[in-house]
Amino acid sequence: MKASAFSYTRATSVVNALELLGAHGDKAKVLSGGQSLMPAMNLRLISPELIVDIGEIAELRGIAVSGDVVTIGALTRHVDLTRSPEIAAHAPLLTEAIAHVAHPAIRNRGTLGGSLAHADPASELPACMVALNATIVVRGQSGERRIAAEDFFRGIYETALSPQELLVAVELPVGQNNAAHFFREFARRHGDYAIAGLAAQAIVERDVFADLRLAFFAVGDRPVLAKAARKLVNVAITLAVLSDASTALAQELAPHDDQQASASMRRHLAKVLLARCASALLGRSDLIAGRSV
Amino acid sequence: MTAAMSISLDVNGERVDAQVLPRLNLADFLREHLQLTGTHVGCEHGVCGACTVRVNGEIVRSCLMLAVQTHGASVETIEGLSDSGEIADLQAAFRNRNALQCGFCTPGMLMAAQDLLKQDAEPDRKRIREHLSGNYCRCTGYQAIIDAVETAARARLGRRS
Repeated sequence: MKASAFSYTRATSVVNALELLGAHGDKAKVLSGGQSLMPAMNLRLISPELIVDIGEIAELRGIAVSGDVVTIGALTRHVDLTRSPEIAAHAPLLTEAIAHVAHPAIRNRGTLGGSLAHADPASELPACMVALNATIVVRGQSGERRIAAEDFFRGIYETALSPQELLVAVELPVGQNNAAHFFREFARRHGDYAIAGLAAQAIVERDVFADLRLAFFAVGDRPVLAKAARKLVNVAITLAVLSDASTALAQELAPHDDQQASASMRRHLAKVLLARCASALLGRSDLIAGRSV
Repeated sequence: MTAAMSISLDVNGERVDAQVLPRLNLADFLREHLQLTGTHVGCEHGVCGACTVRVNGEIVRSCLMLAVQTHGASVETIEGLSDSGEIADLQAAFRNRNALQCGFCTPGMLMAAQDLLKQDAEPDRKRIREHLSGNYCRCTGYQAIIDAVETAARARLGRRS
């Protein structure tokens, strides 16, 4: 199908974009890379009256490291993240995850800010932001708000962003010593939306998790920071400990049924991911050997 | 502002000036305004890859880009790559390996394959599969397409050495 008619304007700066959003509110939609917005418009799932194209705003582009923080501009494309030595050095989880986001032609246009503002619960980058303990920086006409990634995602395609605000950047804490990461997803075809996935960031000290952030995706209405991870922190991991965490995980997740998988299949896959994650991060093949999950 | 807007861009090396409505996507602009019908329109929501073109040297989905967004850009379509001879060997490999039947996906496949070979002169089959994973073919079962890309890559390496 074709998108219905709309007006189009190219924002010249963040201030200009905010003026336009302030004036038009939820009748306007921000166009960044367009890789989620355009399909939704072509399918007539949404029909905005005004498209505010922020694609030319240079101040929203780029990756900068300063002190303990990596700042990524909202317009930074997936392909820019893949090729960035700063991201590879300080947030390798992201480098690894991007390879699973759609396909090359999509990654050439899709942006980090666009993906996060769209907030598809099956997409990889929101979960990475939660695992990495990112801060989402949004700007409105009255000023800037800084929101923890965990609080930013509110539901299916729902975020803490108001229609008058623009997501301008993301801040990631620089990776610490002993940091380790894990990324895995189950999808029918490489690049498809995940059936279940896990983005994890950990601190491993002497074969024990000093910190473990497990962000599951496609198993709820938003990325889920699993509370079950607490059961694995500062303890010697045995099969019994892992099994206990696995049971807790299954209880806290509330996955949905759809044509790709049932809720119980998703719950099962999340448990599989948990075991594989613990095994990979600790270098312990015994944690998955001979187990069905 | 729903009125037509002026755009100027470069298409296959030629300057194009046009008046387009904001809702017109790049694929329809190429096909209906410029009669460049080698760019195919399949799913119209970024899944099938039949509409793949190059914008400023990078492959994109032309169904997911507005024509107005290409103002000032350089666009290359399958007609451009074919006429310049850039992908003549890939096209020959596709023919030789029976890597097409109905041909609907072929322009997009060639665009994606050429994009891969520009980045990686010696891709293995897994890498080829990954790079073409966003392009659907409903006829061939893909094996022949992977064969053709692999063959073309090897031939290019042979020519270089």
